[in-house]
Amino acid sequence: IHFSLLIHSTDPVHFTDPLQSTDPLSCPSVCPPGGHTTEILRLMDSLSSVYTPRHYVIADTDRMSEDKIVSFESSRGRAPSDLQVHFSIHRVPRSREVHQSWSSSAVSTLNALRFCLPLVFRLRPDMVLCNGPGTCVPLCGAALLLGILGVKKVHIVYVESICRVQTLSLTGRILYRLADYFFVQWSYLRDKYPNAIFLGRLV
Amino acid sequence: MKTVFVTVGTTRFDELIESVTSPEVTQILKARGYERLVLQVGRGTFVPDADSCAHLSVEAFRFKDSIAEDMRQADLIISHAGAGSCLEALGAGKPLLVVVNDKLMDNHQLELARQLHMDHHLLYCTCSTLIETLKNMDLSVLQPFPPGQPKNFADFLDKALGVK
Repeated sequence: IHFSLLIHSTDPVHFTDPLQSTDPLSCPSVCPPGGHTTEILRLMDSLSSVYTPRHYVIADTDRMSEDKIVSFESSRGRAPSDLQVHFSIHRVPRSREVHQSWSSSAVSTLNALRFCLPLVFRLRPDMVLCNGPGTCVPLCGAALLLGILGVKKVHIVYVESICRVQTLSLTGRILYRLADYFFVQWSYLRDKYPNAIFLGRLV
Repeated sequence: MKTVFVTVGTTRFDELIESVTSPEVTQILKARGYERLVLQVGRGTFVPDADSCAHLSVEAFRFKDSIAEDMRQADLIISHAGAGSCLEALGAGKPLLVVVNDKLMDNHQLELARQLHMDHHLLYCTCSTLIETLKNMDLSVLQPFPPGQPKNFADFLDKALGVK
């Protein structure tokens, strides 16, 4: 089986520069930059080499994830010349910043979709794996479209972040009905969302 | 040397840094046998000097690429409620006291710290109850935090997608 795996692994949090910020509330105590990436790389680490090649999709404002992905992929013990064949990193415009309004989120999500559609049509992955950042939505939208047009059925796998104990993230709420496999990591969420898969803590 | 490591992640939490370096708190820490205080102060404006505490040796820095080594060397970790910091500290197998920044509005991050507290993986307080908590804390009640099982995820997917 040839698996082309499209991964979305960016962090939704964009920190305001403290030097320009006077409002104490604007300095959020939320997931660390790269928290989602750390989680998704732990999941990736558990998958066998059948799930290859792997295409990572990150937001263009994300500076930390690329380093983490490259060091993760390099640590899997392949020759540098081989790495290019096995994984690649793609950048798309960030679709939603934390605290961004709904209407401007919609506009930037459409903007991200313009990048995601050609990317997904070109890569034609078997599976999309994502875990929360806003850019997941246009990516999964593009993957769904591939199936609707009869080009290829893409399995959408969503794993809600370990940070979410009692409430789903916005991305999670949107993708709950669209994902083929929707994982949560706390039993409260399984009780609230009966279609969710709960196998205990995964990361 | 028994070490306390304090971390605020990428946030600004001056109140915590001021509290833990106050004479009252450092005296309690000293009485509990801690001799060294290492502070990661993030975006805060207050960076304590090395000689700022009479009772303990103090080291402070803003950020590092990795605080794994500081966590490894610590005998007690005092952290803000950020999920990443909590998970890293528990993953390192260290006793953890989470200090919630009650100046921040309730956000979903607190969900995780609260749950981990309810499951007895960490202690939980605010800056105003820090002294009380440090005085009375019993680290032996804390339960170890078992690592997650990504293999369950991989096995499920292999089966669902028909991967051999």
